[in-house]
Amino acid sequence: MKEKLVLIGNGMAGMRTVDELLKLSPEKFDITVFGAEPHGNYNRIMLSSVLAGDKKIDDIIINDLQWYQDNNISLHIGKTVTKVDRVNQQVVTDDGIKANYDRLIMATGSLPVILDIPGKDLDGVISFRDINDVNVMLETAKTHKKAIVIGGGLLGLEAANGLMIQGMDVSVVHRSNTLMSQQLDQNAAELMRSELEQKGMHFLMNHHTKALLGDQRVEKISFKDGSEIDADLVVMAIGIRPNTKLAEISGIQCDRGILVDDTLQTHTPNIYAAGECVEHRKKTFGLVSPLFEQAKVCANHLADMSISSYISSVTSTKLKVTGIDLFSAGDYIGGQSTEALVFNDPAQHIYKKLVLKDNIIVGIVLYGDTRDGNWFFSLLTESKDISSMRENILFGQYQVEDALEIMS
Amino acid sequence: MTKPVKITKTTCPYCGVGCGVQVNQSEDGSISVDGDSLHPANFGRLCSKGSALADTIGLEDRLLHPQINGEQVSWDSALDAVAQGFKQVIDEHGADAVAFYVSGQLLTEDYYVANKLMKGFIGSGNIDTNSRLCMSSAVSGYKRAFGSDSVPCSYEDLDQADLIVIEGSNTAWCHPIIFQRITQAKQQRPELKIVVIDPRKTATCDIADLHLPIKPGTDAVLFNGLLQYLSQQNAIDHDFVQQHTEGFAEALASALASSLDIAQVARSCELVEQDAARFFQLFTDTEKVVTLYSQGINQSSSGTDKSNSIINCHLATGRIGKPAMGPFSITGQPNAMGGREVGALSNQLAAHMELDNSEHHDLVSRFWRTDSLTATAGAKAVELFDEVASGKIKAIWIMATNPVVTLPNADKVRKAIEDCELVVVSETNLNTGTANRADILLPAVAWGEKCGTVTNSERRISHQRNFLPHPGEAEEDWWIISQVAKRMGFAHAFNYQSAADIFREHAALSGFENNGKRDFDISGLAAISDKQYDELEPIQWPVTLDSRKGTQRLFENKHFFTTTAKAQLIAVKPRAPVNITSEEYPLVLNTGRIRDQWHTMTRTACSVRLNAHISEPIVQIHPADAARWQLENGALARLDSQYGNMLARIVETEEQRMGSVFLPMHWSDFFASRGRVNALVNPVVDPISGQPESKHTPVKITPYKPAWYGFIMSRKAVRIDAAQYWVKIKGEQFFRYEIAGETAFNDPAAWAKEQLGDDGEWLEFTDQGMQCYRAAKLQNKQLESIVFIAPTHDLPARSWLSQLFAEQTISNEIRLCLLAGKSGAGLPDTGPMICACFGVGENTIKEAISHGKASTTDELGSLLKAGTNCGSCIPELKALLQAENTA
Repeated sequence: MKEKLVLIGNGMAGMRTVDELLKLSPEKFDITVFGAEPHGNYNRIMLSSVLAGDKKIDDIIINDLQWYQDNNISLHIGKTVTKVDRVNQQVVTDDGIKANYDRLIMATGSLPVILDIPGKDLDGVISFRDINDVNVMLETAKTHKKAIVIGGGLLGLEAANGLMIQGMDVSVVHRSNTLMSQQLDQNAAELMRSELEQKGMHFLMNHHTKALLGDQRVEKISFKDGSEIDADLVVMAIGIRPNTKLAEISGIQCDRGILVDDTLQTHTPNIYAAGECVEHRKKTFGLVSPLFEQAKVCANHLADMSISSYISSVTSTKLKVTGIDLFSAGDYIGGQSTEALVFNDPAQHIYKKLVLKDNIIVGIVLYGDTRDGNWFFSLLTESKDISSMRENILFGQYQVEDALEIMS
Repeated sequence: MTKPVKITKTTCPYCGVGCGVQVNQSEDGSISVDGDSLHPANFGRLCSKGSALADTIGLEDRLLHPQINGEQVSWDSALDAVAQGFKQVIDEHGADAVAFYVSGQLLTEDYYVANKLMKGFIGSGNIDTNSRLCMSSAVSGYKRAFGSDSVPCSYEDLDQADLIVIEGSNTAWCHPIIFQRITQAKQQRPELKIVVIDPRKTATCDIADLHLPIKPGTDAVLFNGLLQYLSQQNAIDHDFVQQHTEGFAEALASALASSLDIAQVARSCELVEQDAARFFQLFTDTEKVVTLYSQGINQSSSGTDKSNSIINCHLATGRIGKPAMGPFSITGQPNAMGGREVGALSNQLAAHMELDNSEHHDLVSRFWRTDSLTATAGAKAVELFDEVASGKIKAIWIMATNPVVTLPNADKVRKAIEDCELVVVSETNLNTGTANRADILLPAVAWGEKCGTVTNSERRISHQRNFLPHPGEAEEDWWIISQVAKRMGFAHAFNYQSAADIFREHAALSGFENNGKRDFDISGLAAISDKQYDELEPIQWPVTLDSRKGTQRLFENKHFFTTTAKAQLIAVKPRAPVNITSEEYPLVLNTGRIRDQWHTMTRTACSVRLNAHISEPIVQIHPADAARWQLENGALARLDSQYGNMLARIVETEEQRMGSVFLPMHWSDFFASRGRVNALVNPVVDPISGQPESKHTPVKITPYKPAWYGFIMSRKAVRIDAAQYWVKIKGEQFFRYEIAGETAFNDPAAWAKEQLGDDGEWLEFTDQGMQCYRAAKLQNKQLESIVFIAPTHDLPARSWLSQLFAEQTISNEIRLCLLAGKSGAGLPDTGPMICACFGVGENTIKEAISHGKASTTDELGSLLKAGTNCGSCIPELKALLQAENTA
């Protein structure tokens, strides 16, 4: 009889783990998957494309329902697991479904951070996390005009861009002066802002939201400086935090996230965790590539191969935000002990910066032209001394003779 | 170019070869030049400078209207001011308180009128010419030997010679067509031997059988040694010496004293003994020998003696006045010879007559109908500006020359001009260094616009013809001078209607009571009509009624113009240069021309192709010396003499003699911040000729270490701030500035925008740690300007960037490479980005599909990694797969 594997969370990290596992050991487990959302597994990264009208929901489905059948996976969609019984190795859903497991994967993802302010529960106040949020935004855009996005990070800008494309008048409220500060330095952020402003997006930089006002539905947003603006829709996109609710209820050890070791195992026997819900060596995660890396390691251990361990390293972020190519990695701000190579072509909306320490790349931010991002990143991860190509490195791999030699 | 509708035969305005030029004008107004295939100086050949003449006739930087103190005025006002200014000084301080400083660039007719006005009517000898700097020692040498300033040879002698000794001349660069002529002769007759005597191994050495890298300043020791050797080898033509010369015994005694034998000569001249011996042997054994000499002999404090030491050897062997032999001085300027003919040197009278000869004085006074003719010599160039500096000369009129750049101790000259009460400058160009310090500026016509005669190095008079109208209010120099003369009260003597009028008078004077007594006689041309003058074919003087076709060779009759009719050998006691090297100034500075620039570059720097050869003031130095003084090839050096300093780009070359450096003479303040080599040159002169020792100044050299190096390229000319070193170079549709500065930039970007204007689209690169800054400005998709700043001189080659100014549109690919300064050749076009995570482009994906390497998204993923991270591009990958598969 096969061992029973239960996955809580039908999202990208969890299903990638299943995917990897099927490649390694397709017959080892009977697999059951619980998903709170009423869909198959979809590419959450592409929600912004759906919002922007570039893609339909069908386009972003990774595994449709047929796929689960074909792979003999029991799928429970629209079911929220409310309890993990560690002793009996059983999970229970809100509507009473019980499933036993030999091994369990917690892939409960993350939750959007919601500002704890008056009015946060008014109608028309949402986050940007799942298909439902996208559907609300698309519907609202048909009937309302003024959208406010709180949070000028990656997610917030994508929401704002999508809403703008859907015809809404969009203002982004940001608490600091630097948009996408997790990916961009000030210069790149400025470029981003001016490029988006040219497209018609409004920005309220250095604004701190005090309250959302309205009777039933949100009508206004007020700031700590006393000012107010009208709002028909408020999207909170100020960050995410690991979704540890179920783990905590169930007594699985958590700090900021579900604590896992280098093999993605929690402190509870036979329970694994992967994705945005975990905390590994004090770090939590929000980008896709470490998630996929975790999925690989987790699957390896589930398949009893046990030859892989997860090391979180410097990650690079390569993004297309509102049509703008971005690449960032490492210490892209720099400081006292670093030097910067900077290229700027504002008319072409191109900005590139490499942060060097002792002639080794320690940080990268590329805006508008990211074609050399992976090359720079490999130089960063290899800690290669770039002094011989320092003069031309920023103009690309093909401008650097050393690089040509290495390639040939 | 369409078929020429007008062809004008004229002459080249550059060196003393005096090549014939054919100017072709087409219907669309375009102008091209060819060599005149019928002109006996060049038979159709032209050098790089001559070939580029059409590039230099634009009106940029031209002076087109008279000015007083920078304000445009009418000709009447300007001419009145000059006449009154000069008259006032003469009235108060006498005639010797005024001076003319004229030029080998003037036409003979201009020259004649200027000389007539100063010597004949103002009554002072104070007219001297920039030819003083280039061939006055040759003049004194000839005069001492022959009793007249007679160049005995013709270019044809070079074609027929069996030995050509090229002494002190980089003929290949400075007289390129003579060099080509010699090269051709050597190709046709390989037995023709060429000996080059030059401290430097110049391009001229390419055809040399023997190069003697002589110690600077020791030429007379070598030729004294040769005279001594000829005597020892019984190679003296005793019959000729006895019948037609004087002074042989004294000359030989002097030769023996300085140059006892070959070993001693080799030691003194720092030559390999066998090389010196080989030269002596060749000279001794070869009857047909021409010694071709130029500035290496002339520009010396003993230049006259040096030229006589050469002439001595020709006289002692009777090798003169016969085909294919003779001492042949080649002149630097297109009309240095014309200046000599009209007497426009301060120690000459007119038409090869002498100031201190009472018969000549009387003759010229009667001819000119003047009682004011000066009987005393005036100041020679260097002395003349000393007198300007001391205030003895209070008004000076400078015509067609640029003493602020070309005279030795040039900073002193600059100051003298700045402090002088009245400075009048006749010029074609506004910015020369001298013109912009003038009180009164008079616009003169330039080459192509002016018309008159010139005489080349072989005594050949040619007609330089105009083919362009006078631009603005510019006028002929003879007209300007005559107008001033009239306003000074000498109308009766200056009532010329045309250049032809003046030429006829000049020709008549040369024949006036001559009767074979004076070498310069062109009386055969004194009665030519205006039409004959217009059609005058190139002709070598003398031209008399007996020799209407001119005279190819002088002294064929062994008759010289001394009182005894015998040539004079001169006892030469070699002298070292006046200032010798010291611990403080350990190197010898040698100055000269480079191949593709002329004088102070006012014309040649207009030609893009001429600027490409050597673009900056350079200092050539032997690598061992460079190492000794810690100089780096391609970096900058500062040179100091006790007179001044300058900056130059270091060029290490083994062609340079150890212990000496070479610098070009051309750069003025308008092309380089500190590139005037004559600021360094010692103002010492030959006591007889007054020619400066421009080939020998003790200097020191130190690395110039700016905080930064860089270059700017800009479609528009810019005024460079913050760079202590800059050189301006005209390129194709842009100006290039090589720059360096002593103070590190706080904000190079702000500076760049101040320099170039902050409009347009800017691309910038900064590497603050390395103090590198690069920027490009584009306007309307075109490249407008480029700036590169770095802490070392190791910057990208300028060639690729230079080409981009001609591009109508800078493509995005080129735009990305601009600040690398080189093309990203080989950059594959990967097409629009599909997989952003792994940077996989559409073309790469299509290629993988069409080559059958991938037929599913998984296969594309494992092959190219495309779509294996965020997966966002998988729909595009699917679409591409479908499109390629159905295609």
